[in-house]
Amino acid sequence: MSYRLNYLEELEAEAVFVLREAFAQFEHPCILFSGGKDSIVVTHLAAKAFAPGPIPFSLLHIDTGHNFPETIQFRDELTARLNVRLVVGKVEDSIQRQTVQEESGPNANRNRAQSITLLESMESNGFDAAIGGGRRDEEKARAKERFFSHRDAFGQWDPKNQGPEIWHLYNGRKNQGEQFRVFPISNWTELDVWEYILKENIALPSLYFAHHRPCVRRKESILAQSPYLISHASDQLTDLNIRFRTIGDMTISGAMESSASTVAEIIAELKEMNQSERGNRADDFRSESSMEDRKKEGYF
Amino acid sequence: MTQTKDILRFTTAGSVDDGKSTLIGRLLYDCKQIPQDQIDLVQRISKRKGLSEIDLSLFTDGLKDERAQGITIDVAYRYFTTENRKFIIADTPGHLQYTRNMVTGASTANAAIILIDARKGVVEQTRRHSFIASLLQIQHLIVCVNKMDLVNNSKEAFEQIVSSFQDFSAKLAIVDVQFIPVSALNGDNIVHRSEKMDWYQGATLLHTLENLSVANEINLIDFRFPVQHPIRVDQGSVQDYRAYAGKIESGIVRVGDEIMVLPGQQLSNIKSIMGMNGPQMEAFAPQSISLELTDELDISRGNLLVKPNNQAEEVRQLSATICWMSSQAYIPGRKYILRHTTNEVKAMLKSVLYVYDMETLVRDEERSELRTNDIARVELQLAGPIYVDAYRKNKATGSFILIDEQSNQTLAVGMIS
Repeated sequence: MSYRLNYLEELEAEAVFVLREAFAQFEHPCILFSGGKDSIVVTHLAAKAFAPGPIPFSLLHIDTGHNFPETIQFRDELTARLNVRLVVGKVEDSIQRQTVQEESGPNANRNRAQSITLLESMESNGFDAAIGGGRRDEEKARAKERFFSHRDAFGQWDPKNQGPEIWHLYNGRKNQGEQFRVFPISNWTELDVWEYILKENIALPSLYFAHHRPCVRRKESILAQSPYLISHASDQLTDLNIRFRTIGDMTISGAMESSASTVAEIIAELKEMNQSERGNRADDFRSESSMEDRKKEGYF
Repeated sequence: MTQTKDILRFTTAGSVDDGKSTLIGRLLYDCKQIPQDQIDLVQRISKRKGLSEIDLSLFTDGLKDERAQGITIDVAYRYFTTENRKFIIADTPGHLQYTRNMVTGASTANAAIILIDARKGVVEQTRRHSFIASLLQIQHLIVCVNKMDLVNNSKEAFEQIVSSFQDFSAKLAIVDVQFIPVSALNGDNIVHRSEKMDWYQGATLLHTLENLSVANEINLIDFRFPVQHPIRVDQGSVQDYRAYAGKIESGIVRVGDEIMVLPGQQLSNIKSIMGMNGPQMEAFAPQSISLELTDELDISRGNLLVKPNNQAEEVRQLSATICWMSSQAYIPGRKYILRHTTNEVKAMLKSVLYVYDMETLVRDEERSELRTNDIARVELQLAGPIYVDAYRKNKATGSFILIDEQSNQTLAVGMIS
């Protein structure tokens, strides 16, 4: 036997350590579950971390109301199979309460509103930490994230004033009302996530695999036709063979043309392809620092 | 391939003018790790700035303020991969006022890249980076003498810098130092061999990074298992399961092994090991596992499992080198929380023996106050025992952080000697 971990095993051991630290250091942590591959992998890791016991966290889903039906179906099957509690925070409820104002205009979406609903849901459920699938390789603001990332009483991130995080001594102490975000797979890249999904044979929503769907093209983006998509005069509906590389709500998740129908084919395609993972996210296009700005406000 | 592909973590320190960002940008660019859409974006920005060639430093661009000021403020993590290795870069700022960020970046690194401007030679910043690397016990230093194109790719210039670096580094505790003449701007000796420096017979930077041996850095001798939390299951098909979750920080453990719990020194044997893919017969660092024991003992978070014939040292007083991380000043007599592995104990700073002058690296024995970025030798008094090893033997059981009870901030980080 060789006493050496390969890179996926080392990343897995690190992520499990972080999940257990979150369990030990916070009173009431939850897993922020979007139905995307990263939060599915985090949930899979949590199942391993506490085996043979159950996952000791609730899953919190922030529902914009503009979901892919496939995501919701997958979410419900997964929570039933793992026997974990599901908490759903609805953006619609925040709109009703008037804590969120719906955006208007041709590119309106509920992406930003999610931050407010997230904070409201955490408060009403008493969650003091949210564990997510954020990765440092996704975006330049995320490259500076800690494993244990502090949020003030307003849920704000202060990137210039982050506490030091050294070796793997994570400091989760906080004052009343403050919270943490915890990112167990910080050091994973998109490709690492896919390699791990392949190795562990992790089930994913069908949206990740090539399928035919009516879509509209806008500039370089391909968006799925849906009742929530505000139609533009120039929209032309086309049936395309596509898959989604990231899954958010239906109005912002850009699709890509692809015939990759298995995890192995997706990995092969990713290695060939030369585009950023979030290159297709309409929400990241708004300005050069849009992610940083949203994170400061409490976005994941 | 995937079976043996491992991880190398390295740190880089420096400011924009050293060419650090350009060096990292060049490494990623020549390894074809930058997506085309980002290349297009950076090309557009470079043109807008009136540059004839792509500005590689823009690939490692950071937060808004950093872009505005053209500096790196915080540690940024970057990733790239080759056939046989995944690399994690902790990219840190190099100025004096960011000493603490350098310490953070160096804490998990297997290797450090030290950048020297060929025109300037060994400067204060070079010495500071190397000192921090040796303090944090980084095993490998890779000294890149950059901007060789600006000294006519001269062998003499390179050798002079090598020799002046060696003069000073002889005093540091660094196992392995390698020197590479490079031009990050032109891509010489980064990923591709330079044709202009045919006098240089050594490896390129990438080749060096790919071939550094890190296998011996994992201590497989001294078994140390800090308990993160107990796991108790008594439902369904699992009856009366009681185990302890944690990450093996060093050593190997097998089913049947006798172990000792610290504090308390109770003995028991390993009944089962739950790994990531079910039960396993043995486990080693740095695996995350759960251990079930043959006896019912009172074990909680913060306890340390060791072997009876190889224990960590019990201490109530510590002699340590600390880096003061916070802008909050050190107040003599104030009690702090000392976090060591998963354990916490109250602690008081008893005395400051000396503070390093980070410009000259000389010990200042007169100073007793501590300010942000200070590296100092101190003595601490603890309210209860902790179980430690020297940092040079065991990074996990040899390190700690100090937390302020009121603000909850991490004030300082320390290494035990």
